[in-house]
Amino acid sequence: MFRIVEKTMLNPTVCKMTVEAPRIAASALPGQFLIVRTDEKGERIPLTISDYDREAGTVVIVIQPIGASTRKMVSDYGEGDCFADVVGPLGNASDFVHMSPEELAGKRYVFIGGGLGTAPVYPQAKWLHERGVAVDVIVGARNKDLIIYEDEFKGACDNLYICTDDGSYGFKGVGTARLEALYAEGKTYTNAVAIGPMIMMKFSTLTCAKFGIPIMVSMNTLMVDGTGMCGACRLTVGGKTKFACVDGPEFDGTLVDFDEAMRRNGQYKQEEAAANGK
Amino acid sequence: MANRIPRVPVREQDPKVRAHNFEEVCYGYDASEAMLEASRCLHCKNPRCVQGCPVNVKIPDFVALVAQGDFAGAAAKIAEDSSLPAVCGRVCPQESQCEGNCILGVKSEPVAIGKLERFVADHAAAEAGAPSGAAVAEGGKRRKVAIIGSGPAGLACAADLAKAGYDVTIFEALHKPGGVLEYGIPEFRLPKDTVLKREIDSVRALGVKIECDVIVGRTVTIDQLFDKEGFEAVFVGTGAGLPRFMGIPGENLNGVFSANEFLTRNNLMKAFRDDYLTPIHAGKSVCVVGGGNVAMDAARTALRLGAETTVVYRRTEVELPARKEEVHHAKEEGIVFRMLTNPVEILGDENGRVRAMKCIRMELGEPDESGRRSPVPVPGSEFEIPVETVIMALGTAPNPLIARTTDGLETTRRGGLVADEAGATTRPGIFAGGDAVTGAATVILAMGAGRKAAAAIDNYLKNK
Repeated sequence: MFRIVEKTMLNPTVCKMTVEAPRIAASALPGQFLIVRTDEKGERIPLTISDYDREAGTVVIVIQPIGASTRKMVSDYGEGDCFADVVGPLGNASDFVHMSPEELAGKRYVFIGGGLGTAPVYPQAKWLHERGVAVDVIVGARNKDLIIYEDEFKGACDNLYICTDDGSYGFKGVGTARLEALYAEGKTYTNAVAIGPMIMMKFSTLTCAKFGIPIMVSMNTLMVDGTGMCGACRLTVGGKTKFACVDGPEFDGTLVDFDEAMRRNGQYKQEEAAANGK
Repeated sequence: MANRIPRVPVREQDPKVRAHNFEEVCYGYDASEAMLEASRCLHCKNPRCVQGCPVNVKIPDFVALVAQGDFAGAAAKIAEDSSLPAVCGRVCPQESQCEGNCILGVKSEPVAIGKLERFVADHAAAEAGAPSGAAVAEGGKRRKVAIIGSGPAGLACAADLAKAGYDVTIFEALHKPGGVLEYGIPEFRLPKDTVLKREIDSVRALGVKIECDVIVGRTVTIDQLFDKEGFEAVFVGTGAGLPRFMGIPGENLNGVFSANEFLTRNNLMKAFRDDYLTPIHAGKSVCVVGGGNVAMDAARTALRLGAETTVVYRRTEVELPARKEEVHHAKEEGIVFRMLTNPVEILGDENGRVRAMKCIRMELGEPDESGRRSPVPVPGSEFEIPVETVIMALGTAPNPLIARTTDGLETTRRGGLVADEAGATTRPGIFAGGDAVTGAATVILAMGAGRKAAAAIDNYLKNK
């Protein structure tokens, strides 16, 4: 059993949980994800790892209630409760984890985190920042209340740029508009990473292409086992079918067929609507 | 003459009824039926049935005990060679193994060895209640062996090693043990909470520990198991879990699933039950592409979820690799078989959902390397089958994760681990068997490989 040691609401809907999972904490790297099953009758829910503490043997996940299973996770599980299963780390670590210090030297990373996707940006930014790589982070949300991880990022990057769609906090506009503004101010980056809703990652890719910045995106597809067994997570990358769970979850954004991926994520819309009504 | 008695038919759920439920199709023999059927055995001097069994169960011996009504004795006899008799009695392809070799089959019908094995296992379980730990030998001196994967190969290997006195831990990636027995084979062929759980419990009763939610290669590596957790040998029984697709246009449309996904949702995640949250989509009509046991399982599952179901296969019925009984059951239940038919494209509607499958007719040409006549498309014979859901059951390939994360493990061109007859891989201390080595095969072959590897591990550790 996997005990929840801490639960915090980051805003009225988004919840952060620190969970005891010593084996996962011991081997997790930035970019990887895990799968939670709350109880015998629950779904297997893939969630990107938002932090890990090797010594404490804990991992951090951030959850937004969108379907029946995530709603249940947030509403029915509190500190001291246990999840039936937490398995991982799954997928490949971010590509920079395998780079040598020489390769990393001189890199200037920009991360674009959208909504819930902001949380998994954190371990990546932190990893690079700790190794002295230049890191800027753009965090975007619909409004001020939905901005998450602001305090955490203060120690994990060089510059944090907040933006909101309605202008209630920070820059008014979406993350890509903020990136354009930064380029207009004369900033440049060697690498970009976008994590968030697929539509946001699609537009981040287009914007980065304009400035010639290579971009990696983290594909949050549907999944069952997460080990390459079911193929539910398949997507087209560079004209070839890939599995997000074992080939990803991060891919070169310019090669991803986002429209297909978005359509495939709606695969069980009918069934999900029925489950939400249950 | 004993063989004058015809093969005793086995009672089954009415096809019209079972097409709408997930309860087991076959009821199995009762004691008197089993004894009568067992009395048909000729007790050949050279029992060819035993040679036909990958784990060499002493078939005439256990059958004789059944005929005498000594069911506990029969169970003990089978247990000498098989740790999963209730499973094997249900899912083995007996017609090409033990029963296929039965001399009675030449002129009439072979002894129903599978049904007898199942009867013995079920009867023993009902009598004994909870399984008790068998006598554990001192030989292994409690040295630690790790088994990766809790499918048939891993369970068989673990059981033998535990009996030999080793301290055995099985690491399972999914949240429930059993491997393909849990996620792949449906409830109506192999009931999970009764039959499978019982067999796994009996392996646990030997002292085998099972740790779920551990993906070796990700959660922990084989090297860490050796260096940090004190394991002295490892058996890799990770199966062949990666689904194949055809590579035809439209395969990523909504409504196209691998059989693995469809069956995992339904079996492991129990999507067929309203009280489980995992969704599944069959819709009104389903086409299953393929002709193996997995294709039959997927088709019969789709049917039970309420879909009109068609199996599409590129060769003829003679070449169907599925167990005969499954094909027979599928037909009885109302599944349509379209042979000599191969999909060339899946067609979608404006929302990217499947609306039809474009197929081409095939004819049989020259035999290929498998000895089967290879199917050749008939030019200009394309046609469409209107359908809502397409399930690809084209076989599976071994998962590359272990090979990629373990130095010194060589793989074949097809992705299987290189291992000798006894299961030794290219790295000392690491053994492998089952589908992870051979590619997709059968439960019993995997068990046989697990047992051989257990013997090899015992030998390796004794000489280490």
